[in-house]
Amino acid sequence: MEQRGFGRLRLPGLLALLAALGVLVVQAALERRKAQTPRISASRNQNLWPLPVSAMTTPRLLYLSPGNFFFGHSPSSKAGPSCAILQEAFRRYYAYIFGFDKWPLDSDNVARKMKLQKLEVSVIMDPECDSFPSITSDESYNLLVQGPVATLTANRVWGVLRGLETFSQLIYQHSSGTFTANESNIVDSPRFPHRGILIDTSRHFLPVKTILKTLDAMAFNKFNVLHWHIVDDQSFPYQSITFPELSNKGSYSLSHVYTPNDVHTVVEYARFRGIRVLPEFDSPGHTASWGKGQKDVLTPCYHSREPSGTFGPINPILNSTYSFLSKLFKEIGTVFPDEFIHLGGDEVDFNCWKSNPAVLHFMRNKGFGKKFEKLQSFYMQKVLDMISAMKKRSIVWQEVYDDEGKLTPGTVVQVWKKDKFHMKLRKITAAGFPVIISAPWYLDLISYGEDWTGYYSVEPLNFAGTPKQKQLVIGGEACIWGEYVDATNLTPRLWPRASAVGERLWSHQDVTDLGDAYRRLTRHRCRMVGRGIAAQPLFTGY
Amino acid sequence: MAGSTLRFSLLLAAAFAGRATALWPWPQYIQTSELRYTIFPHSFQFQYHLSSAAQVGCSVLDEAFQRYRDLLFGSAAFRFPHPIEKRHTSEKNSLVVLVVTPGCDQFPSLGSVENYTLTINDEQCLLLSETVWGALRGLETFSQLIWRSPEGTFYVNKTDIEDFPRFPHRGLLLDTSRHYLPLSSILDTLDVMAYNKFNVFHWHLVDDSSFPYESFTFPDLTKKGSYNPATHIYTAQDVKEVIEYARLRGIRVLAEFDTPGHTLSWGPGVPGLLTPCYSGSHPSGTFGPVNPALNNTYEFMSTFFLEISTVFPDFYLHLGGDEVDFTCWKSNPDIQAFMKKKGFGDDFKKLESFYIQTLLDIVSAYGKGYVVWQEVFDNKVKVRPDTIIQVWREEIPVKYVKEMALVTSAGFRALLSAPWYLNHITYGPDWKEIYLVEPLAFEGSPEQKALVIGGEACMWGEYVDSTNLVPRLWPKAGAVAERLWSNKMVSNLDFAFKRLAHFRCELLRRGVQAQPLSVGYCDMEFEQT
Repeated sequence: MEQRGFGRLRLPGLLALLAALGVLVVQAALERRKAQTPRISASRNQNLWPLPVSAMTTPRLLYLSPGNFFFGHSPSSKAGPSCAILQEAFRRYYAYIFGFDKWPLDSDNVARKMKLQKLEVSVIMDPECDSFPSITSDESYNLLVQGPVATLTANRVWGVLRGLETFSQLIYQHSSGTFTANESNIVDSPRFPHRGILIDTSRHFLPVKTILKTLDAMAFNKFNVLHWHIVDDQSFPYQSITFPELSNKGSYSLSHVYTPNDVHTVVEYARFRGIRVLPEFDSPGHTASWGKGQKDVLTPCYHSREPSGTFGPINPILNSTYSFLSKLFKEIGTVFPDEFIHLGGDEVDFNCWKSNPAVLHFMRNKGFGKKFEKLQSFYMQKVLDMISAMKKRSIVWQEVYDDEGKLTPGTVVQVWKKDKFHMKLRKITAAGFPVIISAPWYLDLISYGEDWTGYYSVEPLNFAGTPKQKQLVIGGEACIWGEYVDATNLTPRLWPRASAVGERLWSHQDVTDLGDAYRRLTRHRCRMVGRGIAAQPLFTGY
Repeated sequence: MAGSTLRFSLLLAAAFAGRATALWPWPQYIQTSELRYTIFPHSFQFQYHLSSAAQVGCSVLDEAFQRYRDLLFGSAAFRFPHPIEKRHTSEKNSLVVLVVTPGCDQFPSLGSVENYTLTINDEQCLLLSETVWGALRGLETFSQLIWRSPEGTFYVNKTDIEDFPRFPHRGLLLDTSRHYLPLSSILDTLDVMAYNKFNVFHWHLVDDSSFPYESFTFPDLTKKGSYNPATHIYTAQDVKEVIEYARLRGIRVLAEFDTPGHTLSWGPGVPGLLTPCYSGSHPSGTFGPVNPALNNTYEFMSTFFLEISTVFPDFYLHLGGDEVDFTCWKSNPDIQAFMKKKGFGDDFKKLESFYIQTLLDIVSAYGKGYVVWQEVFDNKVKVRPDTIIQVWREEIPVKYVKEMALVTSAGFRALLSAPWYLNHITYGPDWKEIYLVEPLAFEGSPEQKALVIGGEACMWGEYVDSTNLVPRLWPKAGAVAERLWSNKMVSNLDFAFKRLAHFRCELLRRGVQAQPLSVGYCDMEFEQT
């Protein structure tokens, strides 16, 4: 019974000493890493994905018994049982580690072996339990796994969430049913702060359940941004409070909508996993579905001086357009708590604008000449200003920069065109704008075989530029566009292929050994399958 | 009143237009009308005609009736129709099934007749078929004819269908060696095959990677050759279940035990079976194909295939014979000596022929026919004239179209798979290319064309397991199914797209995780469990 009281005890002196030694060993490990031997440290961590900054593991085994293990708060932690994010995470990770079965309390068949009975969590600064994660959230953590009490230390809850995932990956269940973990010391933090997955709910509707499942899998891979490309030409499933006709008329059907409650569920579920929800309302192109529920928002196209009955991009010349957008984005800014809104701006087809006499007239008045890029810039600038006025920041697709719009400083540019994307990165960062990389990570473009190696081998900073420019690369996103993807095939297409991107964005730059990655990723995918994510195989095996 | 009737028939036309596109694969002959009959789930029955050779107690049809009742009406509670609706349409309260030839307990075979006619008019609602297998195909068609109004009422339109398959062998290959597929995945696949009128499950049971088939004569094969001898195996009971489940759906199980190559997983369980490879003058510790120089090999094969011949009731076995790598044989001094003794010179194809011929003789003696991959033909192995050659190579040694001509001009029956490797995924609507394949588009006489008995869609398992099998298979394999069932003239892509998109939504409704063809939606989307 003495063992059960550790929560209230201080670390015994011996353990403190061990902890101190651990730190020394970690430093040694770091030295080795610098000496270009990542293989050695990696081979000891066959279970970890993505690989931590440093992980030192000893051969010494600690035994866990499900009936006699719990997560708890350190007395010195700034977070306690009132921190819902942590309480929920404790319950989740207990189930991931031990399964959902009931275990007998104190099955003491490993009496003489070194036990691991508790993971004590300590948050050092204001824990941010009730906040939303942001681009600046601190996700670093230290994890010291030793018997009988392991410790997980982080500045904020976000680091604790990442550390819990790592902790769960260290625990191994033997075929005999015994759970063990190697004594370890892990120091970890992400390489890039923006690590996203883009889902597209317009080409095909994804049920909320599928989105939540995706958030689970994202947390297993330490992703922290769900880029929700919520509407597009094909359908408008977002149910707006201000403009309910948008989804009433623009969704595939009335059962193919996301109600305010659905959106809230997704945002909150994501928050509990340290994941930001970045909404994208792409305009002025990709908006065909908007026209059904909002009169006059789209440009009427003309055919030999008569309206042809078809519509093009958003009509940039009407005041009504901007008052509509301003109300809509005001709502979006409230419904989605993230600091960023994605404004799209990609693939605007100028043909319809060119055909419309009123648009041409407007162009002349504004002195845009024949440069429709200027018209698009004019439009984008207006929308960008709306977002700034709301004290939010904007993300746009790369065309908005290509078209030489006066971009508000601080606007983030997302690079998606694969052709010469490194050159593009150099240009945009040279102009001082932060960037997100997606170009090499369009996971909807499938091919036969082990295509994950291609995603894995991308080095985001492999372009000519100053250190300052490189710092402007805030991360990347794996995109799974929805033309051929719905709830039937989303999960196996995303995982474990997106995991490759997950490690590229989290782990150190020189974690690039494909053989080692293959071994770890194979185990990681089996772990995901065990946790209910239908992640497809990398290659033959079981 | 006249005005309201007119409006009503316009509505009917709209509803009908939606429904007529729903058939997959498209029948040989169909005539439908806008006249519709109401079906009340609580009173509707499948019945045997008094003069039908199959009656209550016919396992194949009794179970099919139950299946299709569930598929059509589910377990939902049904309200009685609105009285106004009732006035306008007459009711059909049964589908009467008349089977001409008895035979409910047999297995389907290559020669099974699958013809049926479906007559739904004022006088009757009748499914007539030569055999129970034809009745199964007709039941599937009938289930696709029934549609539901937005108010929830079920209808079937006045329809005449006369249908039969274009090819008798319409197969789907699953590979359970590269990845183990749980029994439930296989059974679920058999269900969807039946929806698509496929009739052969080609079970590529074992390969280099693992040996999940539990042999009772050689239990060590599985014990040492499976991924996990406790969980990743097919027991005798599993195999029986697959065969019976398939039979009840009119599907043959064609078992493949591929030799002499693709056999690494056989080695640990049968010492001495595989050829030891040499590096210089010493065994390198690695193994190659089955060792064709030892008598023991043939004794083993003889016993093993006796078991296989008994376990799998189909007349045909698939003996593989593809991709034999000669390097290991070349390196082994005993094989070299054997070659010299037999006078094969340096021609290892002759050695391969020797092995295959001996094996074929063994299997023939058990009263079985066989299917082999095209290499056996390419390498000029002397085989019995009734051997079926499966063409799988797209380009090499010749284009598959040419290979079809070669195989049939040599008088052999041919199966086409080359353009239908569904595991080769690409971005976009790749079902179209699969759909547009014309199996008889090779130069040859009518007699040669008659030797093409069908084809198979193949889902090899290097990158496929139960996590992604279903969406990769469906509805893509449906494109192959229609090509093999429907008339050659049915090849319009727009017509196919409309029906296949509709059919995939029907698959979702039936609980099949079939992936989308393009943008859009289904009333009932797939829900994560």
